[in-house]
Amino acid sequence: MRIESHPILEFKRGNALKFIFDGQEMVGYEGETIAAALHANGVKILSHSLKEGRPRGFYCAIGNCSSCLMKVNGTPNVRVCTEPLKDGMVVETQHGKGVIK
Amino acid sequence: MIKTDVAIIGGGPAGLSAAIAAADMGAHVTLVDRNQELGGQLLKQTHMFFGSREEYASTRGFDIANILKEELKKRNVDVLLNTTVVGYYKDDGVWGMEHGEDKFVKLKAKKTVVATGAMERHLLFPNNDLPGIYGAGAVQTLMNQYGVVPGKRVLMVGAGNIGLIVSYQLLQAGVEVAAIIDAAPTIGGYLVHASKVRRQGVPIMTSYTVKKAYGNGVLEGATIVKVDNRFQPIPGTEMDMDIDTMCIAVGLNPLVELLWQAGCEMRYIPQLGGHVPVKDENYETTVEGIYVAGDAAEIEEATSAMVEGRIAGLNAAYTMGFDNGHYCDEREKAIKRLQDLRSGPVGVKISNGLLKLAEEAV
Amino acid sequence: MISEKLLREGVADESDLKEVIPPDWALEKGPVAVAECFQEIPCNPCSTYCNRGAIVFENINDRPIIDYEKCNGCTLCVSKCPGLAIFIIDKNFSEDEATVMLPYEFLPLPKKGDVVTTLDRYGRPVGKGKVIRVQNTRYNDKTPLISVTVPKDMAMVVRNIRVEV
Repeated sequence: MRIESHPILEFKRGNALKFIFDGQEMVGYEGETIAAALHANGVKILSHSLKEGRPRGFYCAIGNCSSCLMKVNGTPNVRVCTEPLKDGMVVETQHGKGVIK
Repeated sequence: MIKTDVAIIGGGPAGLSAAIAAADMGAHVTLVDRNQELGGQLLKQTHMFFGSREEYASTRGFDIANILKEELKKRNVDVLLNTTVVGYYKDDGVWGMEHGEDKFVKLKAKKTVVATGAMERHLLFPNNDLPGIYGAGAVQTLMNQYGVVPGKRVLMVGAGNIGLIVSYQLLQAGVEVAAIIDAAPTIGGYLVHASKVRRQGVPIMTSYTVKKAYGNGVLEGATIVKVDNRFQPIPGTEMDMDIDTMCIAVGLNPLVELLWQAGCEMRYIPQLGGHVPVKDENYETTVEGIYVAGDAAEIEEATSAMVEGRIAGLNAAYTMGFDNGHYCDEREKAIKRLQDLRSGPVGVKISNGLLKLAEEAV
Repeated sequence: MISEKLLREGVADESDLKEVIPPDWALEKGPVAVAECFQEIPCNPCSTYCNRGAIVFENINDRPIIDYEKCNGCTLCVSKCPGLAIFIIDKNFSEDEATVMLPYEFLPLPKKGDVVTTLDRYGRPVGKGKVIRVQNTRYNDKTPLISVTVPKDMAMVVRNIRVEV
């Protein structure tokens, strides 16, 4: 959910950007990360643990913990908590370790 | 390969202050940061800072970031954003960096200040990996930098300054805070922060910890339990919390990978947040020419991080022969400042830690 | 000595408050500041921003001890306190009412004339009060100060408001 009014901060959102998450079209804004855009669209499950397949969200939001690895435009293991959202991005839930092409 | 006098790794409060100080002494400075924007974790701090005027007290964290960035602009400092230092070639004294998505760049500096900051700890309990459980700082980033709230009802775990401040900021963003719990018998953060959230109606429950979290795919609730003075759960005191978000604010660990790799001597000092480098009064590590400042040196406040950055930056430049004539004054002033900040009861932990570090360094 | 209650729950008890409640003669003379800052922390803006030298620090970890000979409740320290721990009490607002001025960093902001719910240090409703002043200038830097009427005997109880929407 996005904050519309805030006592201290003003959010100057950039242009609306369309992106695809697991085949579904979503809207985010320029200047935000993929994880922030997904959260604003109600998506909290970003990844799954390798062995047990347990759902994972982001934990640190600053690119440290690797709890949020997703496949972005075909590239696996992208830390979506710091990766800026771009127009037309295709974001997919990653299963397994991913393959480097 | 990029060549510079002083490389600063990390553009948060410590790194920015180090860059400004080194540039003022006359050194050529290159500041490297992995983010798209300078400021580090100051960018998400919406509260007014403590301290005194010299460290921008009563100014909100994100405004302090802007002040430091403006100061940096007035000086001739090269800034490399979106650049992650990934390793150190010890024999050549060269830092390897990933710039943008697919460029590898080398940086050779005569001196380096490592100001890489810290990362949030996690807490051990069943289902602690459920989506909806975040570091408190992560929620701050989501809310205050991107304007997105994490959920509707939050349990804050940890009544230190981060837990108290983020609880207040959640309330400001319109999110309900069900409670703040802490396993310690007393509140660890500043009591004025605690009173701020209390008068908004948020309970603070000391001597409580998380027994387990639960939910189908995402967090739907948690069981908390009272602990005795040896931190053991007291059976029969369990309480269920109906929450969709849990924030973990149980402390930070210094980010010291680069220091390890560079061969700096390290010690495990719990009071300072974990493994920290051995350093002298000038914030130089045991590897000549590599300095450290801010949370990478020891977990403390942003105010002291700025002062440490100043000390490290001044000395990095001075030891190369740069001096604008104010080195001695500036150094003395900064060292005195740090002592003042740590001289009260809330500085005891850090002072003890530093003492222990000095003892164990020998 | 900080009370157990404050250390455990974050709410000052009577023993804490006894140290900061202004003397009667000070409350008689007009509005004065009350600094509910009970812990020695490295912080001194209240002293820096006071024009009248009513709060003097020797060490940055000192607690603010207000010199009520000098304090005139001017409000300069209130929005500069990073702990939002300073309040202005005016015991002489009317025959039976005092006013409490408090920092309020939430939305929506009340307007002058609005009736708001008054809250105690636990955030519990304790009555209704009328907003007589909203100070929100550049100096306040997004920490607006709200002055609200309370019964005289509630001047040391009311520490927050709730704006009903």
